[in-house]
Amino acid sequence: MKVVNILVSSFRALLRNKMRSFLTMLGIIIGVGAVIAMLAIGQGAEYSVKEQISALGTNVLIIFPGTQQQGGVRVSAGSATTLTENDAQAIMNECPAVRYISPGTRAGGQIIAGNLNWATGIEGTGADYLTIRQWPIAYGDFYTEQDVKGATKVCVLGKTVADNLFPDGTLVGQNIRIRNVPFKVIGVLSKKGQDPMGHDQDDTILAPYTTVKKRLTWYPYLRQILVSAASVADIPVAQNQISELLRMRHKIARYDQDDFSIRNQADIVATATATTKILTILLASIASVSLLVGGIGIMNIMLVSVTERTREIGIRMSVGARSKDILAQFLVEALVLSLLGGFIGIAFGIIASTLISDLAKWPSIVTAFSIILSFGFSIAVGIFFGFYPARKAAMLNPIDALRYE
Amino acid sequence: MDASLSTIPPPDGLLIRVEHLTKVYKLGDFEVHALRGISVEVKQGEFLAIMGASGSGKSTFMNILGCLDIPSKGNYFLEDVDVSRLSRDELARIRNTKIGFVFQGFNLLSRTSAIENVELPLLYCSTSNKVRHQKAISALERVGLGDRIHHYPNQLSGGQQQRVSLARALVNDPKIVLADEPTGNLDSRTSIEVIGIFQQLNRHGITIILVTHNPEIAQFANRHVNFRDGKIKSDQINPNPKSAVEVLKNLPPENPEDEL
Ligand SMILES: Nc1ncnc2c1ncn2[C@@H]1O[C@H](COP(=O)(O)OP(=O)(O)OP(=O)(O)O)[C@@H](O)[C@H]1O
Ligand SMILES: [Mg+2]
Repeated sequence: MKVVNILVSSFRALLRNKMRSFLTMLGIIIGVGAVIAMLAIGQGAEYSVKEQISALGTNVLIIFPGTQQQGGVRVSAGSATTLTENDAQAIMNECPAVRYISPGTRAGGQIIAGNLNWATGIEGTGADYLTIRQWPIAYGDFYTEQDVKGATKVCVLGKTVADNLFPDGTLVGQNIRIRNVPFKVIGVLSKKGQDPMGHDQDDTILAPYTTVKKRLTWYPYLRQILVSAASVADIPVAQNQISELLRMRHKIARYDQDDFSIRNQADIVATATATTKILTILLASIASVSLLVGGIGIMNIMLVSVTERTREIGIRMSVGARSKDILAQFLVEALVLSLLGGFIGIAFGIIASTLISDLAKWPSIVTAFSIILSFGFSIAVGIFFGFYPARKAAMLNPIDALRYE
Repeated sequence: MDASLSTIPPPDGLLIRVEHLTKVYKLGDFEVHALRGISVEVKQGEFLAIMGASGSGKSTFMNILGCLDIPSKGNYFLEDVDVSRLSRDELARIRNTKIGFVFQGFNLLSRTSAIENVELPLLYCSTSNKVRHQKAISALERVGLGDRIHHYPNQLSGGQQQRVSLARALVNDPKIVLADEPTGNLDSRTSIEVIGIFQQLNRHGITIILVTHNPEIAQFANRHVNFRDGKIKSDQINPNPKSAVEVLKNLPPENPEDEL
């Protein structure tokens, strides 16, 4: 039988039972739609994580104290005993591939301004911190090298903190109390948004690390050192130079492990996207279960159809249809169902993911890959679940099929 | 295979040779002997009527002749080809090109127009859409249904439906038309009209094998074979078969409601 004729007769057979064909397709439509939408949302998450991480600033390296193997971006605090200000100074002086450096420490606490208060983290940084992170100041000034050296009690507020403590706006020059230590506000940071972990990066206060250390934490070591390489190409060079220098300064024997870790952008992106990839795979595999269920629906309907049309099969065989003609006819019917369902499902998935990202303010990206994937999937479902009923029809004996009541 | 199938019939015009054909149906440990050794020869151009009591194995025999069923034992040669050695696909090809089958219950595809029903056999051999269409129309015209080609089976009378199935049987120019009680569901006048078409086909050289319970109908055939208990009881030539055209002429005029 010619392909065109098979197609024509399949369409006729499906149109004869419009409602049933539609309901069968609905399984595939929902399955494919769900796969497309879930992939779009997962990939949207991946994309926004990458975006946010690169918002950290380019060419950035972060040195953490302690051996860091677990793959998390942040190191556990317990081992944070090995980075000193002298290490930071040495890196600045002896690593030519390093351009800017900002030693860092951290404190948390209650902040009071007038009769308002707010609890947040205080980031102790160097004067080049904002340069490294490419984070402009919204108004006011940032503290200088002098402020850092002198451990002056000045601070710069993140947007969220500023909004909560000074709803009226006029705040430069005002005093706030951080854990009862008075600090003078000299500026406000521009809005940065959420970081890859979902933290509000604007819910922060920056102050000279020397001041934070001396007035708030009394902790003698650094929590991290932020460094920017001279260029992207210099990142590995800088990493090597820092590593060698720190191993020497910390007197680490040749085959011993580092007691610090250096992470670059690529590492951070890789770790973070690995998490979102798992999310994507998880979402998509849950969605493909519904595609599977849709496939079983096709099989069910095709089996019913074969039984119902046994006489038709017998008539076709009696006028010369071969087994493969019957096989082709039922397989094509299953394929038409799943392909049509696939097409509609793709449209449905695209609409659904747009709606979700509009409502949830979450980016969604429909890639050609996900369309091809789910389309291929629905073809496979059609063939896989259509084959058994089609074969059952094709293997009937002509006379048994004709006599079937 | 194709080459041997399309050979010209042997000089003696022998079309069908059946030897010691038996058919046993097994129902659990119970056996039904539907055919108990049938041997018969049919020549090209014969018009054979098979008769016999209900359950004597006529339909079983016809289904084997039509390659719809296979015998338990015995040989069936169609144009000197041993049919019992053929594969499923080769049997399908024989059904498609050599045999036209007409059933008592018409066996038309419902919700499919007359012309599409008639085109069905041509879908399973390589025929262009145009040729297929033309052949189907001329087959329908041959059975007198040229004006009903787009009607659906449920819009046709029993006689008309049987004509459609006859048109389907002959659309592929078969050697043999096998008809299992084709007039069983028809009134006597319509029966004779349908038999008339068989006679006309027979005059064009198509071999007809027809099962009937009606001795009147058998009078139109030129050979009578009687079945009893899965065996052939008698096999006689009918020296002067009736002509359907003549009989119809002598019948009272057509019932106006029965618009054939
Ligand atoms: N599929 C089957 N399974 C079991 N027994 C069968 C089957 N088909 C036919 N038979 C038996 O075989 C015997 C012959 O049946 P067949 O249909 O050939 O009779 P028939 O001569 O055509 O009868 P009728 O004139 O009533 O149509 C019967 O006894 C019937 O019960
Ligand atoms: Mg019978």
